[in-house]
Amino acid sequence: MTVIILLLLPLLGALVTLLFKGANAKTVALLFGLAEFAVAATFLSQFIPDATTQFGVDFEWIASAGVHFKAGIDGISMVMVLLTTLLVPIIILSTFKHDYKNPAVFYALILFMQAGLLLVFTALDGFLFYVGWEAALIPIYFICALWGGGDRIRINIKFFIYTFAGSLFMLLGLIYLYTQNPAHNYDIQAFYHLHLSAYKQSFVFWAFFLAFAIKMPLFPFHTWQPDTYTESPTGGTMMLSGIMLKMGIYGVIRWLIPVSPAAFAQWGPVAIVLAVIGIVYASLIAFNQRDGKRLIAYSSIAHVGLIAAGIFAWDIQGIQGALIQSLNHGINIVGLFFVMDIISRRLNTRDIDQMGGIAKLAPQFAIMFLIIVLGTAALPLTNGFIGEFLLLNGIYQYNIFLSAVAGLTIIFCAVYMLRMYKKIMQGETNALTAVFTDITGSEKIVLGIICTLIIVIGVYPQCILHLSEASVHHLIEQVNQNKLTSVK
Amino acid sequence: MNTLIIISVLPIVILYLGLYKLKKALLPVTVIGLLIALGFAFADWGKEAAPIFNGMMQFNNFSIAFSALTILSTILILLLSKDYFERISDHVAEYYAVMLFALAGIIVMLSYHNLTMLFIGIEIMSVSLYILAGIKKNDVASNEASLKYFLMGAFSTGFLLFGITLVYGASGSFDLSDIRAWILMNPAHLDPLFYTGVLLMIVGLCFKVGAAPFHFWTPDVYEGSPTLITAFMSTVVKTAGFAAFLRLFSTCFNPLSAYWAPTLLIITMLTLFIGNITALYQHSFKRMLAFSSISHAGYLMFAIVALSASSANSVFVYATAYSIASIIAFAVLILVRQQAGSDNFDSFNGLAKKNPFLALTLTIAMLSLAGIPLTAGFIGKFFMFTGALMQYQVALVIIAVVNAIISIYYYFKVIVAMYFNAAEPSEVPVPACFTFVLGLSALATIVIGVYPVLISGLI
Repeated sequence: MTVIILLLLPLLGALVTLLFKGANAKTVALLFGLAEFAVAATFLSQFIPDATTQFGVDFEWIASAGVHFKAGIDGISMVMVLLTTLLVPIIILSTFKHDYKNPAVFYALILFMQAGLLLVFTALDGFLFYVGWEAALIPIYFICALWGGGDRIRINIKFFIYTFAGSLFMLLGLIYLYTQNPAHNYDIQAFYHLHLSAYKQSFVFWAFFLAFAIKMPLFPFHTWQPDTYTESPTGGTMMLSGIMLKMGIYGVIRWLIPVSPAAFAQWGPVAIVLAVIGIVYASLIAFNQRDGKRLIAYSSIAHVGLIAAGIFAWDIQGIQGALIQSLNHGINIVGLFFVMDIISRRLNTRDIDQMGGIAKLAPQFAIMFLIIVLGTAALPLTNGFIGEFLLLNGIYQYNIFLSAVAGLTIIFCAVYMLRMYKKIMQGETNALTAVFTDITGSEKIVLGIICTLIIVIGVYPQCILHLSEASVHHLIEQVNQNKLTSVK
Repeated sequence: MNTLIIISVLPIVILYLGLYKLKKALLPVTVIGLLIALGFAFADWGKEAAPIFNGMMQFNNFSIAFSALTILSTILILLLSKDYFERISDHVAEYYAVMLFALAGIIVMLSYHNLTMLFIGIEIMSVSLYILAGIKKNDVASNEASLKYFLMGAFSTGFLLFGITLVYGASGSFDLSDIRAWILMNPAHLDPLFYTGVLLMIVGLCFKVGAAPFHFWTPDVYEGSPTLITAFMSTVVKTAGFAAFLRLFSTCFNPLSAYWAPTLLIITMLTLFIGNITALYQHSFKRMLAFSSISHAGYLMFAIVALSASSANSVFVYATAYSIASIIAFAVLILVRQQAGSDNFDSFNGLAKKNPFLALTLTIAMLSLAGIPLTAGFIGKFFMFTGALMQYQVALVIIAVVNAIISIYYYFKVIVAMYFNAAEPSEVPVPACFTFVLGLSALATIVIGVYPVLISGLI
């Protein structure tokens, strides 16, 4: 089995989905999402958790430019592949209550985007990585702009131009590495062993940093994010926040730091400080949000800031924490956006100040919402806890003060999350919320799966952690070695 | 050589067909004739023939590849012309004939080995184009376009001719190899006259390809000419101009790159910025395409600024991608204009509902022009950027990236209009030949984008 199957199945799914009209398209897309998850599960069962790259594929693509179609899965990729294949069927299922115009196109775009995302997470060739990076961007632009609300056209062109700008600079970084590579190819292992001077690496570092910082987004490159998240259709928001921003996290771990270790030694502190500023900044803004979707969007900036800070601390706990927290953040934020979707579909508003007393009317919903909130606020025995613990531990070993500031995120998050929960669910039922009905059918399934995942990963995180441990160890050693040889 | 003969004889045959009022036969005969010419071009592939006719012409792989590209683009444009010329002119045969004469001039431009042939080729092409631009005899804009093009064109040809004369005066030859040998023999003290000559030739050629600051004729001429002729000028003619430009500098003046590269570098940067920023402010789709064609001239200049063995390949890939996407854009424009009556972006409102096929092909074309991966346009930009970074033109590439970002805005403007703006439902009829050309071009854009090896290793 090779990774080709994993990459082609969603593309096939997208084409097949286009053939179906109306509600059938949903079901077909869901089936393809589940089939893709089954493929990933097979990979997982055959995966040997050591530092090697498995299920690899490698053939020449554009000979004259040294481009290979080279992809494979190691421990780090495995976590991301799992995240993508797990969340896509959940996201598709979560849109079942919506009646989108042209459903076939909507679901085909989601599956097409999944192929792009998986290409990013498995590519071992710079050119291929870039192609996947952009292939994921085009469908999400159309999803957000065609099915979004509000001032969606202006917001999405801003989003597109922002991210496209970042990725073009990354493309320059990749081509620059290629010109410096004596073997004249885009192989990631060759890039790891270039040993450029710290000065040359700095160009590459900032070119890549720009792309990844915009994608995640890190402060101060985050300005596209709240608007885009708020005005996109919920399915699109989930794809963006649950999976797409992990492209940036993965990119930092796989590409940014290993290809420019000496520049990272020089500029890493700037990056980590930006990440920590982002945590505090976004948390403070989240306090004042009345629009539930916007609040979650800002909380996402804070959480991603913490993940990024853990990576830039560059030790085993930090990166392991970042990987598992990527998965957790994906699960939790999809849950949160889905909760907000359920509420806004019933009440036709997202203003949390107007709500209250829903818990009495919808007890099942209340319990599941609470579990998701607690998972997000990193209560022990929920999935968020282990991730944030590892991340803070990693940052602590890097710098105590940064760790203390970054640790504020847990307190802040608990405050704004629980306050949101209180405003929406508790208190007196008012005229607006009196019509609220408890969750049914597909809503129950989606929230049930999400809550189960939150608790299972919270109780037994080792099931995810052991996948990537050897790969992370290997990568860190490799980078530390290259750091020394480059400085010489 | 046979290609050139066929393309020269073909328009005369067409004129006779016109004389005997065989209007129905015009298009089939033209297309079949061009296909035969294409076949003869391929027959010479890989032979690397030596210069012929006392070094006047040389049909090598470079000229064959570009001939094939220009002939194919011309065929695509001619297929769109069914019924189009009848509507704007009574003399349909002349149309085909003059276009083929222009193509004959282009083949000469692609195959010259002597500066006189370069000049003759450019003149054959230009004179034909002056006529084509003004073929709507009763239309003021068309007449204006023709007159402007003629005055500017004559002016620039003067510069070119003056440059050729000075180069001849210094080196004593019109032959590309002889001039190059002469440069290599006297590397230290070349005559200042020679440098002046090179500079004047740059001015003349930049006029022809529409590079800033010699681009002023482009928007008005492109806008005033009949749309199909604009398509012809911005694809086939531009490709030919760049191929001639590149042929001159890569085979003849390359030892002097330290001297002319800075000049071209500045011209390139200016072209990129002027083309892109002006395109931002256009309300007319056709005029936007005119300015975007200026900015694409800027990207094409990369290959000459960062001259290397792979330059010809880069120009070929880029020109192919750009030509195909432009043909789609102009074809859709013709249909939309017939229905909505104007060239403005507003005419495209709601096209996705009226005709999803047209909207999809135009989206693919716009993504290709913007350089999004999995389309041919990205591969073109990728080769250009790689070539420039290989020569350490970092500043140039960064400016190009900034411009690529700007261009997103105006290319997406039409996508936004088609998909997101509402309009009254109405039908946009698509003739069969349009469906064929649009479908084929969109498919080619994707196929080249996914598997560029098909065309990237040719030269």
